[in-house]
Amino acid sequence: MSATGTAAGGRKMAGGFVRDVVAAWRQQKGAALLALAIFAFLALFLLIPVAQVVYVAFLDANTGAFTLVNFLDFFRTPLFRESFYNSFYVSFMSVVVATIISLPLAYFTSRFNFAGATLIQTLGVLPLIMPPFVGAVAMQMIFGANGSINLLLDEHFGFTIPFMEGLNGVILVQSIHYFPFILINLSASLNTIDRSLEEAAQNLGAHGLRLFRRIVFPLAMPGYVAGAALVFLKVFDDLGTPLLLNVNTMLAPQAYLRISSIGISDPMGYVISVMLVVFSLLSLWVAHLATRGREYASVQKGGGGLLRRDLKPWEKAGAYALILLILLVVLSPHIGLLLLSFGTIWSFSVLPDGFTLAHYREVFTTAMPYITNTLLYAGLAALFDVMLATAIAYIVQRTRLPGRHVLDYIGTAAVAVPGVVLAIGFLRTFHDFVLPGVGKPLATWWVIIVVALTIRRLPYALRACSAALQQVSVTLEEAAQNLGAGRFETVRRIVVPLMAGGIAAGFVTAFATAAVELSATIMLVSSEADAPLSYGIYVYMQTAAGRGPGAALGVLAVVIVGFATWLSHRFVERQRAQAALDERMAAQGV
Amino acid sequence: MHQTAERQAGASAQKKTGNSPAPKRILIEDLHISFGDTHVLRGINLEIAPGELFAFLGPSGSGKSTLLRAIAGFGPQPRGRILIGDEDVTTLPPWERNVGMVFQNYALWPHMTVWQNVAFGLKERGVPKAEIGPRVQEALELVGLAHLAQRRPSQLSGGQQQRVALARTIVVRPQVLLLDEPLSNLDANLRVQMRRELKRLQRELGITTVFVTHDQEEANTLADTMAVLEGGVIQQAGPPMELYDNPANLFVAGFLGAANRLPGRVVARNGERRFEGPAGFAVPVAADEPEGEAHAVFRPQAAHLLERGAAACEGEVCVPVRISHAEFLGPVVRYGVMVGEHEVLVDEPHLPGQPPRREGDEAALSVRQDTVRVLRA
Repeated sequence: MSATGTAAGGRKMAGGFVRDVVAAWRQQKGAALLALAIFAFLALFLLIPVAQVVYVAFLDANTGAFTLVNFLDFFRTPLFRESFYNSFYVSFMSVVVATIISLPLAYFTSRFNFAGATLIQTLGVLPLIMPPFVGAVAMQMIFGANGSINLLLDEHFGFTIPFMEGLNGVILVQSIHYFPFILINLSASLNTIDRSLEEAAQNLGAHGLRLFRRIVFPLAMPGYVAGAALVFLKVFDDLGTPLLLNVNTMLAPQAYLRISSIGISDPMGYVISVMLVVFSLLSLWVAHLATRGREYASVQKGGGGLLRRDLKPWEKAGAYALILLILLVVLSPHIGLLLLSFGTIWSFSVLPDGFTLAHYREVFTTAMPYITNTLLYAGLAALFDVMLATAIAYIVQRTRLPGRHVLDYIGTAAVAVPGVVLAIGFLRTFHDFVLPGVGKPLATWWVIIVVALTIRRLPYALRACSAALQQVSVTLEEAAQNLGAGRFETVRRIVVPLMAGGIAAGFVTAFATAAVELSATIMLVSSEADAPLSYGIYVYMQTAAGRGPGAALGVLAVVIVGFATWLSHRFVERQRAQAALDERMAAQGV
Repeated sequence: MHQTAERQAGASAQKKTGNSPAPKRILIEDLHISFGDTHVLRGINLEIAPGELFAFLGPSGSGKSTLLRAIAGFGPQPRGRILIGDEDVTTLPPWERNVGMVFQNYALWPHMTVWQNVAFGLKERGVPKAEIGPRVQEALELVGLAHLAQRRPSQLSGGQQQRVALARTIVVRPQVLLLDEPLSNLDANLRVQMRRELKRLQRELGITTVFVTHDQEEANTLADTMAVLEGGVIQQAGPPMELYDNPANLFVAGFLGAANRLPGRVVARNGERRFEGPAGFAVPVAADEPEGEAHAVFRPQAAHLLERGAAACEGEVCVPVRISHAEFLGPVVRYGVMVGEHEVLVDEPHLPGQPPRREGDEAALSVRQDTVRVLRA
């Protein structure tokens, strides 16, 4: 192929591409058909709806002509300007607060010999398994104007702190929920800095805070920026938390409110959606820039692993006190939620008046449909995700189909599409698309929720499955083919079993995150009977009397997600252990 | 002539890098280090003279790197004492020692340019801004890399990275210079070149320098003095040639190049003591050599092969042998010959057209008595 040379290459490129396609078709008809089917699915449920949203944002609502006037209107309306500013401010401040939380946890556990470092790292990831909007109400009970902390402060010191006032509340809830993204990335970076880089600085006279500022932190920067960009993106796109805290002057709630109150023909919802997508892409781009080609941190030959040192007793006491305080704040949503779910009445008091199991009883008697719906939706979505992801990974890594990487790109790009935007796209695209046999528009059929969840969680499954397939040596497949197994047989009997750990991890990750998704589902749920858990919690939390059962439902969600996360962790660990074992055996020539 | 030139260059370098203080000695007294229950160094006593180029030589796990790192203040707190000049630095943290260390992987900071890397130590020492520029420039010129000052470390070759690491260390005028496996990350050609470069630089700066290596050729060619370590103990210290010719024990003999060893005993006979080995291999030993089991050790190039019955055995040890194998190495043919049950190696220079001896041939092995050492384990 490359023998044609570069000079002639330009002229022959078009012809060459056609020839490649034809050749690929002959050799890999099955894979090509599969690739086309996947592409069609992604086009129908991701590309077209998002394109539709962008397209409508540029249309004049009355004449249908191309116009920029919608964007002008957006910036001329004080409410939208304020929302835009608020979204930006909240996202930025959440990154700042999340950094303040993550930095000590990551630094102490990676640089000092610290009893309980693993426990701290594990507890530090715990907030991720609680959907932020679930924690929001619990945080009100603890940090709100009449919450436990402020009641205590007022009683003993005569002042209160507006933790949860307006945007503050969103910032606090979001940073407590999303800081693990920074913690994980930062810890990973810190853990891969070769000790000699720090020793060289010590040797030249640097130590303590200067060493951290001039050497350690800059080296960990790529990981930090990647985590920070992710936090920014998640907060910017999130709908559930501001909605529950009754903060509507932000972009995602505005989009939701415009569409749900004015209708799907209102152009402002689309303009806001375009804003959300643009900023998502921007933060992803920043994360990409930060990590691209700047993966300095790698243990090199002759390096000595990690530099850890012992803390002096008083340093140790201080560090533990700080970490304990952080963990207490970080776990407060869990504590609050538990109290709320078991409490009788909790109002204007530090703790609930009494404790009861009534809320759980109510949940299990009247709210079961929420749970079964969730298991069904998230289970189906996760199943489709791993099927799609395995197929895409195989096509990308194991076939020579021209353009195969496009599938990977599209699948991954779903990260940049906020749930609100996808939902608006679905509503717009499929609102009068009546499926034969279903009898109602696709946009209001429960299956559309499953499709939305599938698209939203595909990137997670894709990452897990691609990584798993990368670990399967091609020679194992060649050996099977050499012994007479066809392509499909090889995939079924060799590739999939060897990928099982990664596929399982992808499944549970997709399942767990789909189970607590709110931003897309809240817009796509058309009847109470079709609603999943997250929607149920949202509905319950709207009223004071519903908080108890809502919290009980929230605890259930946390348990489901927590269990799934633990499972996924186990699968990944087992796969990694197996890979390490294989490597050792290979090294010994077994 | 060459020496004078070198000395002049040295003088000018002294002037260039400013008021370098007089070189410092390093004194190590009864140093013990353990990682948990593993004792890595067990009682090191060593004096490194001012201005010396000193090598720690040993196999991996011998403790040589741990010893070097201890001088810089890295690793677990040791028992014993380390003095630089007259100052006891044993309990000082690394950043207060003013000891320059070049790491095996160079440890250049990838987020800084070459210039920033070299300037780092000066900034840490609070050197005035006006002085930093010229000193960085000077250090980079000394290693011949002034033109690459604005590059990032990742844009440099291995050899260039090492020079930057050197410049970064010497720019702060450390009391002593420590190099951890300085040539191990370079390819073979570059290694020979850097070896000379390092030696030149060390002579010019006149700084007491210690380096760690597992490669005896590297130690031989570079070091004024070397210490051979094994099992956390210094086996022997001295000039390379001295150690090669007069190893103190079997380990040193075997570690410094190929050595033949024949087991036997030291016995007293007719008022004289001698070593008696297999097949009549016997050499006289000093009168104070204790009786008992010992090994005769000699180098392959110290032995010759003669025809059986040749009369040239005067003053030499002469024993009958049988050729067991031959390896053509180019300049020499290395024969394995059997002395009784034991195989020894003999290097015979190869001249054009000379046919090799054949396996199974009979011959006589001859070794000059004064090249045979009698050693114990």
